[in-house]
Amino acid sequence: MIQIKDLHKSYKMGSNSLHVLKGINFNVKEGELVAIMGSSGSGKSTLLNILGMLDLLDKGTYDLDGVPIKNLDETKAANYRNKFLGFVFQSFNLINYKTALENVTLPLYYQGVNRKEREATALEYLDQVGLKEWATHLPSELSGGQKQRVAIARAMVTQPKVLLADELTGALDSNTSKEVMTLIQEINQNGKTILIVTHEEDIAKMCTRIVRLKDGIIMEDKKNKMIKAI
Amino acid sequence: MFSRDRWLEIFETIRKNKLRTFLSGFTVALGILIFVVLFGFGNGLRNTFENFFEDDAKNTMWLRSGRTSKPYMGYEANRLIEFDNDDLKEISSRFEFYIEGITPRISFSGNVGYKLESNNYSIRGVGPSHQKNEMTIMMKGRYINGLDIDNKERNVVIGRLVEQDLFKGEDGIGKFISGGGRSWKVVGVFQDDGGDNEERIIYAPYTTIQLIQKSTDKVGQIIISYKPEIGYGGAVAFENQLRKYIKQRKFIDPRDSRGIFIRSAASELKENDQFASVLQYIISFVGIGTLLAGIIGISNIMVFVVKERTKELGIRKAIGATPKSIIGMILQEAIFITTISGYIGLFIGIAFLNFIGDKLEEQYFITDPFIDLSTGILATVILIVFGAFAGYLPAQRAARIKPIEALRDS
Repeated sequence: MIQIKDLHKSYKMGSNSLHVLKGINFNVKEGELVAIMGSSGSGKSTLLNILGMLDLLDKGTYDLDGVPIKNLDETKAANYRNKFLGFVFQSFNLINYKTALENVTLPLYYQGVNRKEREATALEYLDQVGLKEWATHLPSELSGGQKQRVAIARAMVTQPKVLLADELTGALDSNTSKEVMTLIQEINQNGKTILIVTHEEDIAKMCTRIVRLKDGIIMEDKKNKMIKAI
Repeated sequence: MFSRDRWLEIFETIRKNKLRTFLSGFTVALGILIFVVLFGFGNGLRNTFENFFEDDAKNTMWLRSGRTSKPYMGYEANRLIEFDNDDLKEISSRFEFYIEGITPRISFSGNVGYKLESNNYSIRGVGPSHQKNEMTIMMKGRYINGLDIDNKERNVVIGRLVEQDLFKGEDGIGKFISGGGRSWKVVGVFQDDGGDNEERIIYAPYTTIQLIQKSTDKVGQIIISYKPEIGYGGAVAFENQLRKYIKQRKFIDPRDSRGIFIRSAASELKENDQFASVLQYIISFVGIGTLLAGIIGISNIMVFVVKERTKELGIRKAIGATPKSIIGMILQEAIFITTISGYIGLFIGIAFLNFIGDKLEEQYFITDPFIDLSTGILATVILIVFGAFAGYLPAQRAARIKPIEALRDS
């Protein structure tokens, strides 16, 4: 599903350049639930941003489901993101003046799906995350766990090839984290490829594979015997 | 770009961000409102100004005489100059090319009565062409005519208010009024736009007036209307020639600024035009200033709006919005809000001007303030265009910002 070869990325900081990723080789097969671990500054977020086409790579190749991701301009990146990827963020990033349902319909709006259809689809996905009754509520009326489940529904609604999650439990207490992870595991069991960036061992142990990054290179990449969240 | 879905998305954003919508709309509406009101007041001021000068015909010259201030050709200074019938005849034959009509005006005031009513009125001995100079409008009867002059008839034309004062609602035509120990037949009643005083005047044939003033041949003022086709330049040339000729004829030092006085509507017209154009400049300056303030206001709001929405735009980009759709959304929303509120401001402004009407005429000299609808619409369009432009720059920056950067602060 994901093939990365010899990936380099550095950031310009004034006259200095900070070499963040120093040659990453990394493949993900369909249906894997991968935890990317590392301390802050290890390059894990940068890797996720490149995978998410939110950032550009300097050197190396990146293929997503056989499609080489290169020469991305903003419009192309936006279209790929919309078609191939679903994002879940630590801070949920829901649009605060839109209801749960409207937030979930938004990716479909950018795909040009008509209003009726996208509302029906979005409601279906809200039902899957158990929030059908909360469809008309604003994010401010939802709990943290509920917000994250809305965000997951929004990420899933376009049926992306890969779900990318950046510290998705970082803002949640441990019980809520477990609930959200249960949902992630369910989605994974239905065949979705999921990458989770985290620095929590507990979360990583709930995945099928753990990749540890340190100083811009992969230190360890091993299969994990998945622990059920609940 | 203008699909129904896009509009629904925008309406939803507007509906759910009422304060933001209100603020930007209010700025634009207020800007246009102030522009319309100030511009309208400026026009009202000009209206008042133009009304002042509308009363007299524009192609008129007034010749008055006075005392000389310099000795000349054996004559002492301080000599009284007076025009007489010969002057009138000479001027009219000599300057026939320029002159459309010429009339003397012998002014004095006297007591005039009918039955038991009497009152003091200003009386003018004039010729037929005086009607045109003063733009006197006849309500009934006729004006002084050539026969009256030739036969020195005791016929008079009275103002509307004179008739009202003396005849108390009766028809004055054909009746006789008394004045200076004689009786005068009323042959006409006139009205005048110049105000009440202009309608309390009695006109009589100047020859008759000369007769009863001990057979004098003095004519008082001379009023000339020149042919309009000679234009402004011709009028100035005519005025100069006329002045030179009369000074020569009356033995007045050419350098003497007194003795005779010529007032011409042509030279006044020029001054008026200059004053009117200064007014126009002031109005335009105020208008442009207001518009500029409006543009700066809407620009500020747009920058603020885009900044406030940075995170939202980042989210939209992360889930698949293209830069074009981001810019389009912001612009379409901005243009929609500015257009609606601009026209609201425009129509409130126009309604306000209509409401003012002539309420401010007495104290502030503002008569019927108005604004051309086209000027108002142009101002609104300018504001919309600049509002869009002001929105475009931050929108473009927002669309270029990377989603991660937009999402980082949280």
